[in-house]
Amino acid sequence: MAGTLQFDLVSPERRLASLAASEVQIPGADGDLTAMEGHAPTITTLRPGVLKVASSEGVKSFVVTGGFAEITATGVSVLAERAVPVEELTAALVDQLVADATEATTVGADKDSADKIVADLAAMRTAAGF
Amino acid sequence: MPSLKDLKNRIASVKNTRKITKAMQMVAAAKLRRAQEAAVAARPYAERMNSVMAGLAAGVGQSASAPRLLSGTGSDKVQLLVVMTSERGLCGGFNSTIVRMARAKINELLGAGKTVKILTVGKKGREQLRREFGQYFVGHVDLTEVKRVGYANAQGIARDVLARFEAGECDVVTLFYNRFQSVISQIPTELQIIPAKFEGGAVSSLYDYEPGEEAILADLLPRGVATQVFTALLENGASEQGARMSAMDNATRNAGDMINKLTTQYNRSRQAAITTELIEIIAGAEAL
Repeated sequence: MAGTLQFDLVSPERRLASLAASEVQIPGADGDLTAMEGHAPTITTLRPGVLKVASSEGVKSFVVTGGFAEITATGVSVLAERAVPVEELTAALVDQLVADATEATTVGADKDSADKIVADLAAMRTAAGF
Repeated sequence: MPSLKDLKNRIASVKNTRKITKAMQMVAAAKLRRAQEAAVAARPYAERMNSVMAGLAAGVGQSASAPRLLSGTGSDKVQLLVVMTSERGLCGGFNSTIVRMARAKINELLGAGKTVKILTVGKKGREQLRREFGQYFVGHVDLTEVKRVGYANAQGIARDVLARFEAGECDVVTLFYNRFQSVISQIPTELQIIPAKFEGGAVSSLYDYEPGEEAILADLLPRGVATQVFTALLENGASEQGARMSAMDNATRNAGDMINKLTTQYNRSRQAAITTELIEIIAGAEAL
């Protein structure tokens, strides 16, 4: 088995996770990617989606809505605007997120990217099982 | 010379005041702990954000296509000042120090012929600035109903500021808030958030960027603004509670001193009254 890398998930309000992971699946803006030990240093922005962290304690999933991830050979730090462990996710919360994003499509000037966020959220909802 | 009854009432009233200030001090202490925890919890995010953006900005900053949030509009004619103060009073010099600093800056800018716009956060600062600079107000953010400042509040303010910037209503945005140093010392701070400034920031060319550097930067800069506003709000919250705590500590101590003084005075007048009565009785007895 490959070595581990230090995984940190922080939101503006608190640090959600800090553990040694064997692999991290990140919903990148240009497509999903999986970071393992020795990954080339990368910075990528996130789209709304499910972030999966595999460690010796099993797989943990978090729902993130946006932000960015900094990947180095020895660690991954994800700075998410909002991050919620999948277990704590409720249908009401997803509805809230979708409603916020939908509202942005009507007021925002950048309709395309806002539409994409809504679509991403819908995909995330299916992936999370709601 | 106040009567004995007056003094007694006075002492009772000061004792009540002392109870209130003592209670406020303890409430502020509890809130301060929470505010400090929130500020500490928010630090990792802000620090990472800052270091990544500093690296990106150093790489992209010089090119002509750099986002406007970073390079500015090329002018500093219209200045938007975001003045953050508290929603409640009784916190010592907390609001005055920020307002004094903002006022100095406003006068300096006006003197240099710039246009000044003021966005106030928290009603205490608004009240203090209104008399002098009311005509420059462009907006107000009311956090009275907010029990606990969250990132959503900061996002709201950031969105407002960014919308004004995008609409060309301002060229430079500066935040005014109190940085928390300790319970007895809060430092009024002026922080320019647009165009963004970063300290340090060596070009970190070793990273792959996905999508391109500029796309990431364009995505991150608005978030960076929100993060800075959030940090400022949290620092301000902690400072407010710290200032209130020390102000109320002083008030409690002053009330204690006053009670001692009044009690001495009360005892003296009581003794004087007794002595007078005794003299009268003795004088009466001798006269017989």
